[in-house]
Amino acid sequence: MTDNIASTPLTSWHRAAGATMSPFAGFDMPIHYGSIVAEHHACRNAATLFDVSHMGRIRFDGDRSAELLDRLLTRRVSDLAPGGIRYSLMCNEEGGILDDVLVYHIEKPSGGRFHMLVVNASNRQKIIEWLTPRMADYPDVICTDRTELTSMIALQGPLAMATVEGLFKHPADKLGYYHSYVTEQFNKPVIVSRTGYTGEDGLELITRADEAGRIWENLMLAGRKHGIQAAGLGCRDTLRLEAAMPLYGHELSESIDPISAGLGFACNFKDRTFIGSEALVKIKADQPQSVRVGIRVEGVRPAREGCQILDANDQNIGAITSGTVSPTLQYPIAMGYVAAEHSQIGSPLTIDIRGKRAAANVVPLPFYKRNR
Amino acid sequence: MNQEELLYAETHEWVHVESGVATIGITAFAAEQLTDLVYMELPEVGRQLNVGEEFGEVESVKAVSPLYSPVAGEVIEANTELPGKLDLLGSDAFGSGWMIKVRISGEPDASKLLSHEAYQKQCAEGN
Repeated sequence: MTDNIASTPLTSWHRAAGATMSPFAGFDMPIHYGSIVAEHHACRNAATLFDVSHMGRIRFDGDRSAELLDRLLTRRVSDLAPGGIRYSLMCNEEGGILDDVLVYHIEKPSGGRFHMLVVNASNRQKIIEWLTPRMADYPDVICTDRTELTSMIALQGPLAMATVEGLFKHPADKLGYYHSYVTEQFNKPVIVSRTGYTGEDGLELITRADEAGRIWENLMLAGRKHGIQAAGLGCRDTLRLEAAMPLYGHELSESIDPISAGLGFACNFKDRTFIGSEALVKIKADQPQSVRVGIRVEGVRPAREGCQILDANDQNIGAITSGTVSPTLQYPIAMGYVAAEHSQIGSPLTIDIRGKRAAANVVPLPFYKRNR
Repeated sequence: MNQEELLYAETHEWVHVESGVATIGITAFAAEQLTDLVYMELPEVGRQLNVGEEFGEVESVKAVSPLYSPVAGEVIEANTELPGKLDLLGSDAFGSGWMIKVRISGEPDASKLLSHEAYQKQCAEGN
């Protein structure tokens, strides 16, 4: 990672729109355009547009790319049909999480196929360095970092699908959840996927970098009658927390394994091995010491990352990893890790919020689930 | 409060002194920068504060911001209605959005505080 702050293809748009900007993972990113809460509600009730160009996009070409990814990822890739997308984890030998990723199997209109990993912005450089020596046995697989050549835009909200009606050469309305296809706008290719990170219906679009401004403007225009709003990373965080989606650097890290993180569903051990699988099979058999839980904090004061969690005897049993006042629910919510014996729904907890104690309870995740 | 007659801390608190009592709040600029306020905490009456000491905090959806006392003295009153009406910090920052009153001895150290003009300049420079 360089010290220089990179722009996304949309940075000038954000600045012109009056966004509060902040460096994030080496990119100059919009935090909000006036109100995190207003953008949050727009996503839950209408449609929002996020610039997520900072996310890493790494492409794998070659017949053995699925075989390589099978070795690297906690879920099998070789049975992923063209158009399919899978949430997966990349672990080290000890089972610690290097990153959580989406793996795409993309079929070009010309018929050619390739795989692509979408990785966390803050992990992109690390993942590329991790990949390099592990690709030595796969000289026929070509790996390219497409992050700066492309742009990624997330359109999220109940009116997202209405917004894109008639916008693409091939309509997106039949696209299944966690599926993608390649279409065109103005004769330029766009990868469209039914994915997101907000708990709402929506699409994520990957375009050529030089087409991003035009497609962003078109989406804003098409969404105007649906109340579309540009939204920043601030509400992306409150939205994903309500939806209980873990965030790397908070709920996930190299010292946390997928089983403790509640992501056992994204580890597939049957008839296969992958980097870290041996360690994870053992962790699963022994049961993790501490697990990720949802927490409702009583009162109005939110518990924040780093706040210690105590039991009835004032003993430390864990820590908060993310917390805020939920804009949808209007009370403080948090995620954190607690000792397994305190992780049952309803377990009473005490949170030390910078020297003051707040009562809390373990509650089911997610905090918010949309009506489908 | 007449904003032009107030003194300001670099950390965005304003202070108004009259008859040995300092009234303290945060500026409308600060409230606007914080956006989406969800919680605030004020000190108890009777607490002694030093210059620059944290006397409470205000929280937005995103983050916690400490409040620093621009003066030294004893807290004699706290605006206990304010935590339930956080929107006053944006709509009436220099009036009903006041936070605490502190009994001070002597005058605040003006050399460590900013005039209205100097504070405006700081805000314009994006701090």
